[in-house]
Amino acid sequence: MPNVPVPLNYYLTLSAILFMIGAAGFIIRRNIITVFMSIELMLNAVNLTFVTFSYQFRQVDGHIYSFFVMVVAAAEAAVGLAIILTVFKNRSTLTIDDVSSMKN
Amino acid sequence: MDLILFIVFAMFAVASALGLILQTHPINSALSLIGVMGSLAVLYLLLGAEFIAAAQLVVYAGAIMVLFLFVIMLLNAGEERNPWKAPVVAYIGGPVVIFLIGAFVYLINFTLPPMRSVSFGDFTGGGPREIGMAIFTKYLLPFEVTSVLILIAIVGAMVLARKEID
Repeated sequence: MPNVPVPLNYYLTLSAILFMIGAAGFIIRRNIITVFMSIELMLNAVNLTFVTFSYQFRQVDGHIYSFFVMVVAAAEAAVGLAIILTVFKNRSTLTIDDVSSMKN
Repeated sequence: MDLILFIVFAMFAVASALGLILQTHPINSALSLIGVMGSLAVLYLLLGAEFIAAAQLVVYAGAIMVLFLFVIMLLNAGEERNPWKAPVVAYIGGPVVIFLIGAFVYLINFTLPPMRSVSFGDFTGGGPREIGMAIFTKYLLPFEVTSVLILIAIVGAMVLARKEID
């Protein structure tokens, strides 16, 4: 079977589509956990862009950035989920529209 | 062969991402997100990023998603009764999202200068050896700052999630 290479644009396009799906989920969903998972999806899409440009420029720096993004995402997930636990403990709800005490 | 692999896993990633935002049960959403991360790990391998692919599976699909599933089960989050925002968001937001995707696709495919084509095994600079060399020489200071950040995150998570002592 002949080896057909993949144009690099396809990777960037996939990354843009994943990022926009994550942004849409961030906006249209009400569940706080699903909103948080949409943020993780956007971070993953950005990681794909970093690795793709690293391939384009034949350098390893993009991999390092992507690695740092992963580490920061892990820290953010730990703190964010602790915040979600606290919100649920105090208000017994997971709907973001109900957590509006800073409105007005 | 590379193109077939890319298309299969790209379709799987997009389908899983759509499943993430369209399913109403948080457990189903979390499993869809694991699907996205797994297929992205395969795409990283195609790009020659072996270390990042392994870290993606271990850190993201392993650690972070287990944390998510743990919290979902701890909170006993079931099927949502009213998962969507007001319909005006869907009517305005849907076309906006589609327009933005179209704009990105146009910008990426028609305005960027010509780029390389990816074939597996062409770029071998993403193994653990090269990553280690870069992290411990050029990026040593960010690496150390990251460890401080993780320490702060651990302390913060413990302070936030501890039991209130009355």
